[in-house]
Amino acid sequence: MRPRRYFTRARPQKMPLELETLPKEETIYDQIIARGVSRREFLSFCAWMGACIGVQASGIAQVIQALETKKRIPVIWLHFQECTCCSESFLRSSHPIVADILLDKISLDYTETLMAASGHQAEQSLQDTMAKYKGEYLLCIEGSVPLAEDGVYCCIGGKTAKGIAEEVAEHAKAIIAWGNCACSGCVQAAKPNPTQAMPIKKIIAGKPIINVQGCPPIAEVMAGVLVHLLTFDTIPELDNLGRPKAFYSRRVHDTCYRRPNYDAGLFVESFDDENARKGYCLYKVGCKGPTTYNSCGTIRWNGGVSFPIQSGHPCIGCSESNFWDNGPFYQRLPSFPGFGIEATADTVGVAALGVAAAGVAAHAVMTNVRKRHEIGEQPGENAEKADAADAASRGNNPNS
Amino acid sequence: MSTRIVVDPVTRIEGHLRIEAEIKDGKIVDAWSAGTMVRGLEIILRGRDPRDAWAFCERVCGVCTTVHALASVRAVEDAIDVRVPPNAELIRNIMFCAQYMQDHVVHFYHLHALDWVDVVSALKANPAATSTLAQSISHWPKSSPGYFSDIQKRLTKFVESGQLGIFANGYWGHPAFKLPPEANLMAVAHYLEALEWQKEIVKVHTIFGGKNPHPNYLVGGMPCSININEANAINAERLAMVGDLLKQGQRFIEQVYIPDVLAIAPFYLDWAGIGGGLDNYLCYGDLPTNGFSDVGSYKFPRGAILGRNLSEVHPVDPRDDTGIQEFIDHSWYEYDGGAAGLHPWKGETNLKYSGPKPPYDFLDVDAKYSWLKTPRWKGHAMEVGPLARMLVGYASGNAEIKGAVTETLAALNAPPSVLFSTLGRTAARAIESRLAARWGLEFYDQLLANIKAGDTRTFTRDKWEPATWPAACKGVGTSEAPRGALAHWIVINDKKIANYQLVVPSTWNASPRDAKGQRSSYEAALIGTPVHDPQQPLEIIRTIHSFDPCLACAVHLYEDNKEIARHELLVN
Repeated sequence: MRPRRYFTRARPQKMPLELETLPKEETIYDQIIARGVSRREFLSFCAWMGACIGVQASGIAQVIQALETKKRIPVIWLHFQECTCCSESFLRSSHPIVADILLDKISLDYTETLMAASGHQAEQSLQDTMAKYKGEYLLCIEGSVPLAEDGVYCCIGGKTAKGIAEEVAEHAKAIIAWGNCACSGCVQAAKPNPTQAMPIKKIIAGKPIINVQGCPPIAEVMAGVLVHLLTFDTIPELDNLGRPKAFYSRRVHDTCYRRPNYDAGLFVESFDDENARKGYCLYKVGCKGPTTYNSCGTIRWNGGVSFPIQSGHPCIGCSESNFWDNGPFYQRLPSFPGFGIEATADTVGVAALGVAAAGVAAHAVMTNVRKRHEIGEQPGENAEKADAADAASRGNNPNS
Repeated sequence: MSTRIVVDPVTRIEGHLRIEAEIKDGKIVDAWSAGTMVRGLEIILRGRDPRDAWAFCERVCGVCTTVHALASVRAVEDAIDVRVPPNAELIRNIMFCAQYMQDHVVHFYHLHALDWVDVVSALKANPAATSTLAQSISHWPKSSPGYFSDIQKRLTKFVESGQLGIFANGYWGHPAFKLPPEANLMAVAHYLEALEWQKEIVKVHTIFGGKNPHPNYLVGGMPCSININEANAINAERLAMVGDLLKQGQRFIEQVYIPDVLAIAPFYLDWAGIGGGLDNYLCYGDLPTNGFSDVGSYKFPRGAILGRNLSEVHPVDPRDDTGIQEFIDHSWYEYDGGAAGLHPWKGETNLKYSGPKPPYDFLDVDAKYSWLKTPRWKGHAMEVGPLARMLVGYASGNAEIKGAVTETLAALNAPPSVLFSTLGRTAARAIESRLAARWGLEFYDQLLANIKAGDTRTFTRDKWEPATWPAACKGVGTSEAPRGALAHWIVINDKKIANYQLVVPSTWNASPRDAKGQRSSYEAALIGTPVHDPQQPLEIIRTIHSFDPCLACAVHLYEDNKEIARHELLVN
């Protein structure tokens, strides 16, 4: 005989409580004030957030105005193959009212959908939210989706991750892919990718997807992307890899406070050597800062306390696709066409000042050209000059 | 006639867990625990540079971040036979203690407390009486009637707005809630304070490891250099900040967490007789004070207890291939040659799904039903975690652990037998949080003393180059993750990883039964648990939460629904 089935928290009369009773016209500002946050704190938050997402001082008023008058955006937050580091990072947001505001903002529907604790009840709640806010909700996804063996490597409530992702994405307004798992598959997609773990962009088509890269992304970057959406009702400007330019248009190398050491040819040769104790450049012990686009050098981590390079470890490039398979972490970046940093570093390390300066200048030009390609900027008036410099820098192998 | 209930997903845990339970006459008569997601990290690690393994392993779990990195660097260091400098060991120990402090506090307040605390009841509390209660148990300064009144007003406004968020689907009013309104209000206030506090203590990881989650480690030491005369290194300012964070953390644990546990526990003494489960406990031990290879120097001693016999602690050797073995009789794997159980050095990870085709309603629990393998020690099912650590420490006669356990039992006026229970597990976690906070400061003082004496080394280059390694070697790195005994086994051939196996705490606790039908910890602990209302299985959640499940680790992958719990909390 088939056993009778119950589920946790099966209190149907309670389920729709929030959605039924929440005044839909309530603004973000109303909610914040209702939580006991003062207007002064609110304004300070707006200014901080505006600075965080790169808004000019004159634009702060727009942030304030938007948060005062905008209705909340319903958010559904799903989890697939991941380690929860993205959620954990988000909870470490340094500004004291980020959690209050943003999590409260998203928790309403998020809680409605995910907090409903069990199989069919959770599914019913999810269906209700999707129906009620059809085409309006923001879908946040943490984790990759395995396609091998028809998806049996990731099932929730008996359903595959792929099935859930497709169903919920269909009527989403936009999708945020949190972290390297959702953006490019991360560690489970490293060779040989046994479960055929796929990023969200390979699963969902026809929807705007914002790739918030990193393993995990920096908390303030996550908050900044959400505030941008809340404030401007637009998708932030993205690079060719779908990453918001506000946070991913600069290489860690270019914003690194140890960069002057690189430029001066001062390198750590081995961990904890004399040079390491002086805080020299970590390039020779494998730093991937020169090929990694992220905000670690500017925003830093956990309230600006430090970031990997500051604490003596090379950047491992965790905001780049397939970084797990881009060579061992402690092997210095190889020289390859259009990059040439290896030769430059060695040259700089032993060269006389004049030679070093020339090498560094060439390096700067080359990396700017690469960056322009990477982030998809249109060639400007200096493009020809830069391309020429790029070609020149490749020396006797211009076609490589 | 019995009733089958399915709880999937279980919330307020780390990872995805499915429980199926058979209920008869208001009690659970049988239970099955299943992990339904896998990533195959052990397969991905093959062929890679062993010095990189820690970073891959660290991504097993972003909640108990650091623990897999630590076990991994130890496994490699064991294999290539290198001993890290004392400062590196101290820094690792300090980070370990900070992890315990953060993880245990978050577990108690944000993952477990709502099993014991009725949030809606807090609305009826008298703030002045709450203040009196708080001041009677602690010197924590946030305890005035006005403070609790403000919290209550916020809560009231919150509830009246209809936006109950996380609290909307709670089991409020369930007869299993026993706390008076004032205790509930105090707990809600501390729940919010803990949420703010947890952001601070992890900065210890950021200073030494560059970021959290997922700070950096290094085979042969730690990557952060010490130079008290340099802005770009661990200097006096950085060290002072670590000391301050550790002291603040200790203050929170001593003045908020511990008093709350002691105040809440007396209302739930019936749970000292529920959820005991297995009779066997395993602990690898951790916090070396004289090098990882000197097991006798560990602050948490190593050992096993069988049949709840606290007069004998059995030695445990993770290298013994007849000791720890993993079985797959009910797990979706296959072994080449069809071996029954394999020691991890010979372990295999060959995924072989044979469960129902999704979408499905039920797993076939008579056949294979989980992505977790089933580990056994000398054939015994073992519980791991805070309770195992405290019992092994107590039974070993470790003065600090025995003292802390005895003190807590005296405060509760309870005999040691209450420890073998759901409540005992929760109490053990609180007891060892005190120890971790105390030891973190001890290690910090030693680090300062070393630096003062002129030793600033944090890394040894002796075996960094693979050319210095033997052609073939193998190692094991053990640790005590917050959730229990953790070990990584590595086999290195030709400077590359030939085999890598992880046996993690929730694999011990949450695994399916073995060929002999022996249940693992979760399944065993649920037997006999009363269930007042099958539609509101609060009691199941209580016992499962007392283990602090971490399914991401257990199947080396992760998925759903723990952060829900953490996020929900922020609603207020």
